[in-house]
Amino acid sequence: MDEILEILEKDARATPEEIAKMLKKKPAAVRSAIKKYEKGGVILKYKAVLNKGLIKDEDSAVRALIEVNIAPQKDVGFDKIAERIYSFPEVTSCYLISGTYDLLLVVEGKNIHTVASFVSEKLSCLENIKGTATHFLLKKYKEDGVILKHKEENKRIAISY
Amino acid sequence: MKNVVSTKVENMQPSGIRAFFDLVLGMKEIISLGVGEPDFVTPWQIREAGIYSLEQGFTSYTSNKGLYKLRLSISRYLKNKHGLEYSPEDEILITVGVSEGVDLGLRSIINPGDKILIPQPSYVSYGPVTELAGGIPIYVDTKREGFKLTPKALEKHIDKKTKAIILNYPVNPTGISYTKKELSRINKALLKHKILCISDEIYADLTYDFEHTPFAALTGAKDNTLYLDGFSKSYAMTGWRVGFACGPKDLIAGMTKIHQYTIMCVPITSQMAACEALVSGRKSVEEMKREYKRRRQLMLEGLNSLGLSCVKPQGAFYVFSSIKKTGLNSLDFAQKLLREQKVAVVPGRAFGRGFDDYIRISYASSMDNLKEALNRIGVFLKRSTQ
Repeated sequence: MDEILEILEKDARATPEEIAKMLKKKPAAVRSAIKKYEKGGVILKYKAVLNKGLIKDEDSAVRALIEVNIAPQKDVGFDKIAERIYSFPEVTSCYLISGTYDLLLVVEGKNIHTVASFVSEKLSCLENIKGTATHFLLKKYKEDGVILKHKEENKRIAISY
Repeated sequence: MKNVVSTKVENMQPSGIRAFFDLVLGMKEIISLGVGEPDFVTPWQIREAGIYSLEQGFTSYTSNKGLYKLRLSISRYLKNKHGLEYSPEDEILITVGVSEGVDLGLRSIINPGDKILIPQPSYVSYGPVTELAGGIPIYVDTKREGFKLTPKALEKHIDKKTKAIILNYPVNPTGISYTKKELSRINKALLKHKILCISDEIYADLTYDFEHTPFAALTGAKDNTLYLDGFSKSYAMTGWRVGFACGPKDLIAGMTKIHQYTIMCVPITSQMAACEALVSGRKSVEEMKREYKRRRQLMLEGLNSLGLSCVKPQGAFYVFSSIKKTGLNSLDFAQKLLREQKVAVVPGRAFGRGFDDYIRISYASSMDNLKEALNRIGVFLKRSTQ
């Protein structure tokens, strides 16, 4: 992987100037490389990783993993029905997987009822859907490589040879 | 009780900056660029191997030389990576970090009055440990040659009593390292004068601009070299205390004698974790190296733009910056910087006489910390030159 991407994946705020310094490149070259990645869809967007459990006034969101069993359609396979499903704003992630089920969804709702009604009233009613299994998330420990806990204390002594 | 401490120990030079260290340790909320160890924690697979060994009840002594499995892994690793052949039976000893390796090496070779060459600036232990072993440290100042030891400077300090040199590269505190060509020249001089090379290569994996060449891999050098390395810096395993010494049979046998009476063996948990490091840790080493290299560039650019000049480091995670233009000595500079801007660095005087207008800056700290520290050093310099 290009080191520019490695740096941005760790810290999306790193500026082209800083990246240029780190990699001993010209800022203009870094900027155009980033542009290229953005255009080509390698870099999709820049966002903050939140630990929502710590936001006090946040309406506590409920998340569920939903396994979906589908009858694939002629010519288009799973893609068409996947598109219908991932277009719902409630669906935050959608994967085609191997194994007992076909699609794995991450669905987010205000509370358990919103998620439940999404499954029973929208998802299950779709044509070609043969069955679903809903798993509510109870606790998040780690997400996308980030461990969700308070900042770790510094365990090194502050000065040494 | 009076006179309880021996004259020898009484006369040992304290580093002279102990009080400064205490000051740093007593302060909160500082950004420390004074740290001589990685800011990464040991990769999980390695930690897990340590935990697993405890669960399995591996809590006993090991062979004095260290676990055979670990010696074998090291032997194979050195063969694959550098084409170096050391027998796990009698040419490798597992030590408590390279620190113990240096101590054992010196104690094994020194007869009273033998001289040991130490290029400076240098890691703090070499001189005192030489003296404890009954030797005489002969310091070779490398400042004029861009902090690199040259055969010429080396030969100038050699006499009949010269027994060995402690060569460390990449160097703590300058980050300087040597190419194969440069090492070959030093090797020739050492062979000519029959001087043993104690080669401390603990930062070997953190070499950025060229391939690291172990001293023992040079033509004719292996029988004349005590090769010291370990897991502390490459695998972020400083607290585990695992190093290894490779060398000629009789030297390793001598060192093992001392080691068996003083240390017995390196803790088994650490040795088992080290075994795992050689199996699954290489990827992490490469990742950490890339990150250090990027930080090095950021620091070099940053310090240069602040007017703090330095010789470009080629390895380790240190920059040795000149503070001459501030007019402050290294201790005053470090103390003022700590008090005024809460940034800690190590005063150059810790690394030898004649380096009181330098500071050692460690970039084993997060990118955010480094950026903030550069800002603060900038403010500090502006104020102190006004």
